[in-house]
This record gives sequence, C-alpha cells and structure tokens, in this order.
Amino acid sequence: MNFVKNALGRLVPVGVDGVGAFSPYEGAFARVLKGAPWPAAYPVRKPEPPSRSKVAPSLKTAIERSGLENGMTISFHHHLRNGDKVIPLVLETLLQMGFRDLTFAPSSIPDSHDCVADYVRKGLIRRIWTSGARGEVGRMISRGEMEETVIIRSHGGRARAIEEGSIVIDVAFLAAPACDALGNSAGCSGKSACGSLGYAITDARFARHVIAVTDNLVEYPLHPHISVPQHLVNQVVVVDSLGDPAKIASGAARITRNPLDLKVAENAYRLLAASGILAPGCSFQVGAGGASLAVAAFVRDHLKEKGIQGGFGLGGISGYMAQMLEEGLFRALFDVQSFDSAVTGSMVKNRAHMEIDPSWYANPMNQGCLVHNLDVVILAALEVDTDFNVNVMTGNDGVLRGASGGHSDTAAGAKMAIVVAPSFRGGVPTIKDRVQTLVTPGETVDAIVTERGICINPNRADLWEAAKKANLPLKEITDLKKEVERFTGVPEPVEMDMDRVVAVVEYRDGTLLDSIYRVKE
Amino acid sequence: MRGMRSMLYIPGNAPGMIQNAAVFGADMVMIDLEDAVALSEKDAARDITAGFLRHYDFGDLPVVVRINGADTPFFEEDLEAIVPLKPFAIRLPKCQDPSDVLLADSRMTEIEKRHGMSGGLVPIHAMLESARGIENAYAIATASSRVTALTLGGQDLTADMGIQKTRDGWELFYARSRVVMAAKAAGIAAFDTVWTDFNDPEGLFREARQIVELGFTGKAAIHPSQVEVIHRAFRPDAKEVRKAERIVAAAAEAERQGRGVVAVDGKMVDAPIIVRARHLISLAGLYGMEGGEAQ
Repeated sequence: MNFVKNALGRLVPVGVDGVGAFSPYEGAFARVLKGAPWPAAYPVRKPEPPSRSKVAPSLKTAIERSGLENGMTISFHHHLRNGDKVIPLVLETLLQMGFRDLTFAPSSIPDSHDCVADYVRKGLIRRIWTSGARGEVGRMISRGEMEETVIIRSHGGRARAIEEGSIVIDVAFLAAPACDALGNSAGCSGKSACGSLGYAITDARFARHVIAVTDNLVEYPLHPHISVPQHLVNQVVVVDSLGDPAKIASGAARITRNPLDLKVAENAYRLLAASGILAPGCSFQVGAGGASLAVAAFVRDHLKEKGIQGGFGLGGISGYMAQMLEEGLFRALFDVQSFDSAVTGSMVKNRAHMEIDPSWYANPMNQGCLVHNLDVVILAALEVDTDFNVNVMTGNDGVLRGASGGHSDTAAGAKMAIVVAPSFRGGVPTIKDRVQTLVTPGETVDAIVTERGICINPNRADLWEAAKKANLPLKEITDLKKEVERFTGVPEPVEMDMDRVVAVVEYRDGTLLDSIYRVKE
Repeated sequence: MRGMRSMLYIPGNAPGMIQNAAVFGADMVMIDLEDAVALSEKDAARDITAGFLRHYDFGDLPVVVRINGADTPFFEEDLEAIVPLKPFAIRLPKCQDPSDVLLADSRMTEIEKRHGMSGGLVPIHAMLESARGIENAYAIATASSRVTALTLGGQDLTADMGIQKTRDGWELFYARSRVVMAAKAAGIAAFDTVWTDFNDPEGLFREARQIVELGFTGKAAIHPSQVEVIHRAFRPDAKEVRKAERIVAAAAEAERQGRGVVAVDGKMVDAPIIVRARHLISLAGLYGMEGGEAQ
C-alpha cells in the first residue's frame, strides 16, 4: 500500500486493492466546493415484464433468478436493529448455495450479528463495506483476519458512494415489515414494524436487483404509506419471521437517570441556551442514548417555557422527538431511521413526521441534504483530541467497536455541533493528544462538553464569548485534559501493527480520513 | 463567601461516585461510613474513604465524613483512619447528650496528638436524631469548641418518636426550630435532614424553602439532582438583594461620616439588619446575581 498524509496529518492509502484509487481528505467541504459534475453514472437495470405477482416460491429461487454470482455485492438495511434475522437467513442460504467472495455492504451491521464473522471465515464474505462494526465482527477485522481492507463510511457517505457508483449493489435484500405482491414496501406496520425504511430506499433505487423479504404479505396495494415503491422491486420472498419483534421495536428510549450523564447534558443545554441558537425555527438532532437524549429533555423544557416552536427535528428519531412533534415543539420531523417503537405509530398518524432516504439526509454531493440545514446536533464520542477530532470507531484497545453513522455528516452540516462525553470512562480519560481513529474532523466540531467543563473550539470565538458571558464552566481543552489525567494518569498508547491496514475511514465526500491498523495481540 | 447550602451524601464504599463528587455543584460532600454502608462493607468503606482523602484531589470542595456511632465496634477504627487525614469535619451520629461529643473529642485529641497534628482541630458536626438529642441541643452545641454545626437526622428521629415522616413535615417543626435556635445561640451552623424521595423535586423544594425560612445554614442531599433544587430554595429575592445593597452602602457612608445612625428609604436601620444585609449579599454572590442599584 502506498500512503499519503492528508490535510489532518493522517497517513491514508492512495488506493485500496480491488476497489480503486482514493484521494486524501482535504477539508470538510473541499470536494463539494470544487464543483465537479456529480454523479458520473447511474446503474443499468433490466426491465421486468408485466406481472400481477412477484412472489418467488423461495428465497433460494429468488437468489437464483437474481443473477447473483461469486464476487458480487449484496446489501441490507439495519432498520430491524438487534431483532434482525434477515441478514443471518440470507447469508446462510447463500452459503448453502455455494456462493463465495461476496462483498457485504449493509447500511450498518446490527450489534447482535456476530455470525457475520463466521461467514467471513467460511469464505462467503470477502469484503465488508459498512458504517459500523462491533462485537466479534469488530474483533475479527481488528485482528486482521480479513484479507481485504474494510471501508467505513458515514450514512451520508454511503448514500453518496451508491449514487456515484463507488458501491454497485448487485442484489439488495430488503427486509419489509409490510409488503404486497408487487413489492410495495413499508416499515411502519406489521408484527416486525420498525418505522422508517430510509436506508432501504437508496439501496432499492440503485441496486441492479432488489428482493423484498417480508413476513407480512398484505393485499395489493399496500397503503396508506409506501416507503419503497413496486417499480424498484424485482421479487418478493415471504418468510415466517423477519426477526424478534421485542428487539426490533425496543421500548421508547427513556431519559437517563445517571447523574453524570445528566450533568453533561445540562452543561450542553446551558451552552445552547447561552448561544442564542434555540430561537423560533431552530432545527435539532440528538442521538438516542445517554447524555445526548437527555439534552433533548432540557431543550424541550426550554422551548415550552419560552413558547418557541422549532423548525424540524432530524435523524435517527426517538420516541422522545416524536413526542416533541406531537406537542408542537417542532413543525416537522425528518426520519431516516427510527430508534424505538414509539416512533412507528407517529409516522403513520402524523403527516409532519416524514420518512427520508440517506441521500436526502446527508449526502454532501447532491443539491442539498438536510444535515446542511441543521442548527444543532448533539453527538457522542469514544474519544476526542485536543484538536477537537472525534473517534467513534475504535475503543481504548484499538479494536473496532463503533459506527461512523451520521456523526461526521451532521457535524459538518450543523451550525453548532456539540460532542457530549464523560471526561473519563472506566478510568481512561476521554481527551487525548491524538485520537486513535479520526472519524469526525475537529474543524467541524464546535464544542466538547463534559461533566467537568465545556471546551470550545478556538475557531468559535463568538461561542466562547457567549458562554463566558453566561458564566458557564469553560475550560481550555488542554487544561481539562491535564485535570483529568491528574487522577487517571496518561494511558499508554495502544500498540498497533502499522504495516497492516485493516480498514480505512472514508469521509462523507469520498476522500480518506484515516487508516485503522491491526491490533497486536 | 463559601456556600454551605447543600451537602451531598455519598456512600463510602462507592469509589465511582466519590471520584465524581465535585462535579454536581454541591457546596459540601459527606462521605458516609454509617447508614449507607452495609455491615459487611464497613471496612471496605473506611479503606476507600481514607484512600480518597489521602490521594485524591477534591479541589476546594469540603469533605465531611460521617463515622459510625460510639455504640458500634467501628467507631474507634473510623476515627483512627479518618481524623489524621484532616477532613473538613467529622459528622458524629446519634448525639444524645454532651458526653457523646466529649467522648469523640477526647479520642480525636489523642489521635491528633499521636499524629503530631498541629494547626487546628478537626471539627465535629453533631448529629441529633433522637428525642433526647433534640432536647439537649444547646448543651451538645456548646460541649466542645470542635462542634461547628448541628445536624438534624429526621429519619431516625421520627422512628425514635414512633411517628411517620410526612410530606408536609410539620411533625419536625419543633425539632427543626429547636436545632436552629440552639445552633444560632451557640454561633454555629445548622444543617437540615434529607428529602428521601428524589423523584419528587417539588416536595424537596417546598421543604427546603421552609428550612431556609427557619434559618438553617444548609440541607443534605441524597441524590445529585437535589443539589440544584436546594440551591434554588436558598436563592435570595432580587428585590431584597437590592435593598440589602442600599443598607450596606448607607452603613458605609454613615461610618465614613462618623454618624452612628443609619437610615435607608426613610427608615432607621440597626446593626443586626446590617449584618443580615451583608449575609444576603454574599449569598447573592453565590448565584452570580448582579449588584445594580447600590446608590
């Protein structure tokens, strides 16, 4: 592999074997501003003759008819979360049919799918292109068990890659909680309902062949809501079950009771309030977990108390955000992925709760994605560094255990990107001199908020002034780092095998941000 | 002024909580070796607490340690481990009469001597949590110069009296009044008991307002979320702060002119009012309340 140093000083390969050339990262909007025509090409698809039913007799038959061959690329969405049984079912069927060397390109790999590692070892999967890798899959990759380099993409970056042809999906397997005989599909009804089918929309639009897999074949036509229309679907396969409903539709995410997370959230909220950004029409995105969702609770109280209506909520949507829409605190919700069961009903009954595809959500190269209209995003982090760079991919041991998700997309787009994190976890400080894996460039992060203080990016002098005026607990990031290290000590850097790149982190515009190396046992 | 409005309870055997003691904004923390710690955990709690006091930097956060009572086998060992580490104070539970304070006092003196500790004694916060303790409040407050605060233990007291702690808390009205009066008479601080239902911040706020009005210095918190509520209850009224500023300004002016009599808004103001006004202004300082019309 030949390497080049990118604009953030990270060594990245100039190309990935079997995939092609990559350019190094030059800046958050460098490629967009170059303004070259985009995309280069659309995929070629074969017309289907007129038919009143596309239902195939079995998954095996459908795969045979799809024209899938060894070495081709298959895709899945991750909307069924940890309840998903479609990925294991399809992979096992493919293995039984004798397929080999496939490129596995799901929108992300649910945490529960350790089985993917086995299908790599058995030779079914040769390449993985994903947003995240955790558990056994993460360990397998980090140990260097795969010959081919894994490509990590953000949600917006994957949509871009699909639209421009960097990912050519040969067969998309589309788990559909509701589907009719011609393939009209939706996620918000049926026993395996999951809410938005956002990621499936882009896959269906650009794949060469689409197989909808459902456990709920409804009478034609599916109504009132269709996520993926019939003209994008080649075949329908009916199975007993798409997965475990209890894990597909986990209960509504609750606001954390952890006092530390609440303190972090309170500090983040106070920064938002001080900045004046919570004005009428403001737009907002939070994650579903810990401190991030707790910020939403503070914002909700703020909007209510001041009688402010926000513009829109975006992203992975939790029941909490759906409730805020219900209360009139937002005019609209854009939902690329639903986080919990409370969301499913909202999308059906509330026309202002709209399903979007990931290109609309976050593709930087199209004519306007929603993250570029965001005012506020609250993001988590595994570690950050004194240049405000964020790692959400590798843990303290250097092993893959995270997902890029919409992290870098929303940070780049939002007027105010706040990273919330406890200042240390399990005795290991969160702020480092240099993050192990760079996923979100510091130039797109405005503040890092911890329970012990708020650090503001030096490129946001205005925000520093506003926060200072409001008497917030401001700290220089290097000072906070030292303060925490006084009792945690400074961790030894993880020893990596720098001769062996196991994965590359692609920025949303297609340039390379960082390399992930093999961990030494 | 250093605030003493809130005192956050932290179990002595919870290092994960102790290391974050300073982040919740409490004016003081109290590491508990007594009721929050199970019998089987007593030694661990003592070791962990001593370890933190020895090695951990709490910054300027005052750390009080509640030890086990003299009626337990842990009393001596607790004192032996904690006193040499010079906590902000030792909270002494179950004080019934002055002899309880004197017993702890003599043990502490002996320990301090043995460790060659100079430069001030470790203070005692005497906890009153029985009918007898309440009735002896003033005698306990003045039993030793180490006693710098009386604290009310509402849970044990109501149990001792065979009554229920109610949401309105009127059953504690006499005890609270008695504790505050004794503390004021002795010139020391008075800390109120905990509000146990941390899912009920409204109830806590109401009770905290009551004890502020009674004259307590501060109130214990059993959950970090209670700290902000207690501080809100102590927040002085902006109008009163402005009036206090006028009083203090007038007093300073009178002193400059050598006049003994101070008048504000056409009314005579005497010395205790000026003292109270100064206190109110320092309290306002804890909230970053702006000065304003000091004319």
